[in-house]
Amino acid sequence: MNRKEKEELYFMAFRGCAWLVVGILAILIGFILIGGIGKLSLDFLTQAPKIDTRGSMTQGGIFPAIVGTVYLMLVVLAFAVPIGVLGAVYLVEYQGKSRFAKFVWIIVHNLAGVPSIVYGLLGLGLLVAYLQLDLGILVAGVTLGLLVLPVVIVTTREALIAVPSTVREASLAVGATKWQTVRHHVIPYAMPGILTGTILSLSRAAGETAPILALGATALAPGLPSLFGPYMALPYHIYIMSSQSTNSALTAPIQYASAIVLLAIVIGMNLFAIYLRKKYRDKYRW
Amino acid sequence: MSLDLTTSSRSRTSRITEFLIEKGLLVFASISIFTLGAVFVFLLTQAYPFFAQVSTLDFLTGTQWAPAAGFFGVLPLLVGTLLTSAVAALIAIPIGIGCTIYLAEVAHPTIKRYLKPVIELLAGIPSIVFGLFAMLVLSHFVQAVFNTGTTLNGMVGAIALSIMMIPIMVSISEDAMNSVPGSLREASLALGATKWETIKGVVIPASLSGIVAAIILSFGRAIGETMTVLMATGSARQLTTNIFNPMETMTSAIALDIQEVARTEIHYNALFAVGLLLFILTFVINLAAEVILKKFREAYE
Repeated sequence: MNRKEKEELYFMAFRGCAWLVVGILAILIGFILIGGIGKLSLDFLTQAPKIDTRGSMTQGGIFPAIVGTVYLMLVVLAFAVPIGVLGAVYLVEYQGKSRFAKFVWIIVHNLAGVPSIVYGLLGLGLLVAYLQLDLGILVAGVTLGLLVLPVVIVTTREALIAVPSTVREASLAVGATKWQTVRHHVIPYAMPGILTGTILSLSRAAGETAPILALGATALAPGLPSLFGPYMALPYHIYIMSSQSTNSALTAPIQYASAIVLLAIVIGMNLFAIYLRKKYRDKYRW
Repeated sequence: MSLDLTTSSRSRTSRITEFLIEKGLLVFASISIFTLGAVFVFLLTQAYPFFAQVSTLDFLTGTQWAPAAGFFGVLPLLVGTLLTSAVAALIAIPIGIGCTIYLAEVAHPTIKRYLKPVIELLAGIPSIVFGLFAMLVLSHFVQAVFNTGTTLNGMVGAIALSIMMIPIMVSISEDAMNSVPGSLREASLALGATKWETIKGVVIPASLSGIVAAIILSFGRAIGETMTVLMATGSARQLTTNIFNPMETMTSAIALDIQEVARTEIHYNALFAVGLLLFILTFVINLAAEVILKKFREAYE
């Protein structure tokens, strides 16, 4: 076997690895679509679950779970996004490469690697046991917010760093203050990147299950969720239907159909983020 | 008459505004530091009552996790965590690296443009969906291929984890390969090496620290992953080193117990002790990856 043939062989193996990954994604989505598409209907999306005579929740829909997931995302949006974006603006624009900034970046990177279930414990310890808040959307949302905070901060930083320093210098040279420069020139140029990070972190929060297991998510709460009190959420609904099930032939379609809805939300947001990044990467060429 | 801008009233108000804005932003930056501090402090304070009652040695070396009976040995959970993550890494490393080389060095730009978003999508899929897939689909496949005694076992969890590790591994190691300067490749090709010889002899060694960091980081993710292992591994609280047996991880033990346990019980504090161990483990892993990544970034900047 000569060198060229050897190369061919290796490259074929690498191509195989890549297609294997694509294949896995296709199989995953295929199984979920096939399993759940029959269950998916307008009633399923707009009705609350009903308990039938045998006490299982195989009737009705998942409307409260969809609303619960949207509410959780709204709490994350209101809480984590301002903190994360403004924190990153301070670190990049005001601290630059200072020791303090370097220290915070190490912390932020490590926060990103803390297991999500540990955030669940944090929410329970800090918000429930210490601050005496009742379990509910607020506690769960703030906890999920802390969980995605590193994602928001890091993506905002990347977006800010990508803005060339000539933009800042030009603004400062004509007499603008630091904040005017940041507010009117740097942030607008960084906005697409910040937006992309925001969308990705919201979609991450929508899919997280482990932290909300400990933070008030419940199997059945037919009314619309309140800030304090039991609530339903899509990922938890999928989990509870599979773990409490005694008849998987009946519950599997519900799990798959709920997974389709969750995937539609999460993948939809991801695709939107990818599209945004593409669009603005072509628009701004420095 | 001299023009003194610094004492004019307009400049003073704007200086005060600038100062206030800067300090306001500092508050937001501090929240992230506070969070990490809070994670650690609260894990410690909530775990403390447990360590006051059960010795650390018993906790770390005990072979039984049966909180109701007063046995708080974390070893079965620790072994379950490390075993599933290690097997997952063994599956994910060759596929992930192969995929990265294809994406970074071999694939046509058009293919790359479509393949990259697909891998990013895989990274965005919630873990509960992987858990569902592992439980309802993968488990039957694993049972048929390996003829296992139970449908849910460590191997099902490991394969599902490996699928979740690949996108993390690919995105970080692709970064590392892309940051290898083109001049190095050109020098190798100019000397008559083939493309593969250039990748093997130049690109991989030059980006090795990035690849290693990618492997370590994805391993850290696997250790902290909860829903997938909770749904796939069978949740058996036994000390076993056979990957085809049902097992339980630290994360799934916390997730299962936290819903039922009252805040006044020692069992509650024991869960924070497990969380603390998990936190320390992932923190050390992430820090190690961080140090290695920093080294490779400095090499080419």
